Amino acid sequence: MMWTAEIWNMLLEGIAATLYMTLASTFFGYVIGLPMGIVLNVTRREGLHPNAILYRILDFISNIVRSIPFLILLILLIPVARFLIGKSYGPTAAVIALTASAAPYIARMVESSLNEVDPGVIEAARSMGASNTQIVFRVLLVEARTSLVTGVTIALGTIFGYSAMAGIIGAGGLGDIASRYGYYRWQTDIMIITVIIIIILFQTLQMIGMRTATKIDRRK
Amino acid sequence: MSEIEVQHLYKTFTAKDASVDALKDINLKIGSGSIFGIIGMSGAGKSTLVRCLNFLEKPTSGEVLIDGKSLGSLSEQELRTVRRDIAMIFQHFNLLMQKNVIDNVCFPLRLQGVKKKEAQSKARELLKTVGLSEKERAYPAQLSGGQKQRVAIARALASNPKILLCDEATSALDPQTTASILSLLQDINKNLGITIVIITHQMSVIREICKEVAIVEEGQIVEHGSVTEVFSHPKSRAAREFIWKDLPELHTEITVRERKLLPSEKVVRIVFSENSAFEPVISNMSIQFGKPVNILQANTRNVGGIAKGDMLLGLPEHPEVQSLMIKYMREKGLEVEEVKDDVDC
Repeated sequence: MMWTAEIWNMLLEGIAATLYMTLASTFFGYVIGLPMGIVLNVTRREGLHPNAILYRILDFISNIVRSIPFLILLILLIPVARFLIGKSYGPTAAVIALTASAAPYIARMVESSLNEVDPGVIEAARSMGASNTQIVFRVLLVEARTSLVTGVTIALGTIFGYSAMAGIIGAGGLGDIASRYGYYRWQTDIMIITVIIIIILFQTLQMIGMRTATKIDRRK
Repeated sequence: MSEIEVQHLYKTFTAKDASVDALKDINLKIGSGSIFGIIGMSGAGKSTLVRCLNFLEKPTSGEVLIDGKSLGSLSEQELRTVRRDIAMIFQHFNLLMQKNVIDNVCFPLRLQGVKKKEAQSKARELLKTVGLSEKERAYPAQLSGGQKQRVAIARALASNPKILLCDEATSALDPQTTASILSLLQDINKNLGITIVIITHQMSVIREICKEVAIVEEGQIVEHGSVTEVFSHPKSRAAREFIWKDLPELHTEITVRERKLLPSEKVVRIVFSENSAFEPVISNMSIQFGKPVNILQANTRNVGGIAKGDMLLGLPEHPEVQSLMIKYMREKGLEVEEVKDDVDC
């Protein structure tokens, strides 16, 4: 086995593709999941503005999407990718599937983070004449921030893992390299190097996330 | 005109298969600038009642009038504006844990759209009032319970309220801290003229600072009047129970039941104020009747700034002697009442 520049380039490209898919999907996952999580929290029975119908609709959507295995979702969403970006393959097409699969999880995590906020603090804000919108943005999201950042960290890790499957629609990335070289070509050394890079990247993301969560926590 | 008026207020909580009448026909008038106490056991409905005063809890029927304006007739928007005039503090302080002291105090002003600079200078002023100027940058988690309640009081005062509702505000605090918070509330009432409504289960709190008291039991007001009057002549079983339980800290574990009562001894409670304390009434009585009197308990308590002594006496067993003694003490200007079996000491 020769460690040519070609192979190093491939690994670098793999790192770039994986990071791109992970970060972009987490970002878009929150663009959809954060408002959805807020609405779930607000419309639940003990919420600021209970609305059983809206809650049940969102609850249903989130449960349906979460029950489809990611590999299948990746294939199911090929037409959507073609419609949105004009391409059915590559990392951006994978971002669409990753976002679709992550958003409902993210919504659930956001909902549960917000559910944890002390009802007493919400009541205090109401007693001061705060509107529901003010309570969401100035109380719920602020008080739950540590838990929300922990959620982001979990989302990053999960999406990072899922992105390994994106090779199936030609998205590349480290997972794709590891499986192609390790499984199809029997080049165990490349696979091991790739796996080591994956571990390092994953740990770095987790560490940044958890440190941020601890740093912004003023409850102790 | 009364600042707060409650008329025929009912509140019923309905769950799937049961409904609970939390409040039944509550009528109250709370004068402007007064300190009004509402006392009740947990579950009596007092917390629901106080939440009806700012419509955090909407009554099932009845009216709440603030300055003559009925809260029930207001839109959600109007209600939010009225709530700025009715501040509230809580048993568990309910501060924003992720914001520091000054940002917590600024919070109600920022909600109203006051500029940050302006809000901060107002907040600093208030922190000085509650004696926490040096804690401006601290976070609630770094403060003691008493300090947190002071921050909550400063926050409550930020929007220049006319009314301050205190929901068990001292129940999570030790006696010394409770005393300091109560005297702060008294200062606020005196200096800013804010009407204060205090919800509590501790008679000592009512006694210390309230002028008037309403006793709530099972969703109803069972007794209502000036604190001095209720303390001297409690009419309801609930009132008597609260007064018996209000013992000085160190003696709480000693109760009448643990003392040895003579078989048919009759227990009476006497209350005397400063002027009657000079003459040794009990001792003279004992000499005059030639019978011993058993002193079961004696206290001096501060009732709304006036020292009131009260004693539990075990009178000798002859019924005639008992009634003569009671008559004797009444003639000497003492408030005497029989302790009935229904009081659980």
